[in-house]
Amino acid sequence: MSISVKNLTKIYGRQKALDNVSFSVEQGEIVGFLGPNGAGKSTTMKIATCYLPPSSGTLEVCGINVEEDPLQVRHQVGYLPEHNPLYLDMYVHEYLGFIGHVHKLRGKELREQVKRVVEMFGLTKEQNKLIGALSKGYRQRVGLAQALIHDPKVLILDEPTTGLDPNQITEIRNLIKEVSQQKTVLFSTHIMQEVQALCQRVVIIDSGKIVADQNVDRLKDASGVAGEHQTIRVLFENRVNKEDIGKIPGVIEVHPKTDGSFLLLSAGDQDIRSNIFHYAVENDWVLVELTRESHSLEEVFKELTGKGGSGG
Amino acid sequence: MVSVFRKEVAGFLNSLIAYIVISVFLTGIGLLMWVFPQTNILDYGFADMGTLFGLAPYVFMFLIPAICMRLFAEERKSGTMELLFTRPLTDMQVILGKYFAGLFLVLFSLLPTLIYYYSVSELGNPKGNLDSAGIMGSYVGLLLLGAFFTALGVLSSAVTENQIVAFILAAFLCFICYDGIQAIASLEAVGSAGYFIERLGVIYHYNALSRGLMDSRDVLYFASITIAVLLLTKLVIGSRKW
Repeated sequence: MSISVKNLTKIYGRQKALDNVSFSVEQGEIVGFLGPNGAGKSTTMKIATCYLPPSSGTLEVCGINVEEDPLQVRHQVGYLPEHNPLYLDMYVHEYLGFIGHVHKLRGKELREQVKRVVEMFGLTKEQNKLIGALSKGYRQRVGLAQALIHDPKVLILDEPTTGLDPNQITEIRNLIKEVSQQKTVLFSTHIMQEVQALCQRVVIIDSGKIVADQNVDRLKDASGVAGEHQTIRVLFENRVNKEDIGKIPGVIEVHPKTDGSFLLLSAGDQDIRSNIFHYAVENDWVLVELTRESHSLEEVFKELTGKGGSGG
Repeated sequence: MVSVFRKEVAGFLNSLIAYIVISVFLTGIGLLMWVFPQTNILDYGFADMGTLFGLAPYVFMFLIPAICMRLFAEERKSGTMELLFTRPLTDMQVILGKYFAGLFLVLFSLLPTLIYYYSVSELGNPKGNLDSAGIMGSYVGLLLLGAFFTALGVLSSAVTENQIVAFILAAFLCFICYDGIQAIASLEAVGSAGYFIERLGVIYHYNALSRGLMDSRDVLYFASITIAVLLLTKLVIGSRKW
């Protein structure tokens, strides 16, 4: 297990930033850490990188407790902080050399590692420029490059794509995807598509509490969290009464929509699409549309982290 | 610690700071020692370097805070503090790396003044008639003073993210420690306690070293106040964890 969080609580003054948070990230997994701003994502990451100590509970990285051996933990972790702070008056290779030196890389090994990350992130042309002269996309690459200079086992990225344009976002995502093949990655974001594009698993946090910890596919599926039913949207060419539709086996609720279509709810995992088809054929209804509506991640996110926090 | 030291020294050398600090220090001291009518050695007619050692602390009082003000304040402002303190470095390693980088610059600005020693010794009559022991002691004193002022500069820089605040705070602290305590000691109101208060001040120990007598008490005094200030800095940097 690469990252293991148990009953983690962090209190800033009177404010509870994290409240009894537990989750874990297995080796080789790429996990999205999702939540609205101020939910506690950054706090968790700061604790995992030993920048802040937890108020109570434990956090282990590669089996090492962050409070017992912070230096060892920091050696295992590559960290890209929020807003990607950089020394703007340093040259790219100078900066990467400095970070490598801090990680106890020396001489030939250091030069090789710098060369490796420079090539990996396409910084060859930019390596002799001042970081301050780079565009935001390239700065982000430098930020990722420094996080990987010591070939860490675990990568912690705090909102790696914030403030980039759509092309750069795609580039950075691809880079993350590429490096994640051999590493454990925990990255935070508040963009849903990012999670869909990158992760197998998602942990959603709201107001310091974990509200979901699931595979992305399952979360998308309405049955996963949003209630014990499925939603089917149907549209018939001819007029059909709501009551008649209600007679289809398996349907428990019918909601007519303004555009003439109907939303049918069925219980549990039961797939009633074939029932609908057969019933329509029997009654000579012309079926022009039949779709299973899976809640989009965005909806799930809103539902889970919305005000009141009932959590579906 | 070495990595941070190297980075900071490179930072000084790549920006104008190092060159400005060293040239301002040397120009100022040079003018005072050789040109300005009130203080120059040539008119004074005695082969000693009292001018340098009397005035250097006041120049340090402004230059050292200027060197040190960016050390932590800039990191705090640009958010790179988090970058630095999530690397495999202890807080103290970061502080010492920065501290020694500042001290290195102070040392470098002081080295060229050894030429003055040679000049004054050549000008002496008879040649080389100079209180070498006194000058040795004064150099040690000045270096220890520089070390202490640098520690104050690092501390001031650690408490704020504003470099100007750091500068003013450091200059003020240097002034209080150097002149302030002495002034309090000479107040009527403190009476006989003034004798002890005077010994708390930096200037008393600095002057004692200037006489050329390397008393372990004075060296110990400077070492302990410098270490105390650095430990205080560690406390300030560690306060993010509270």
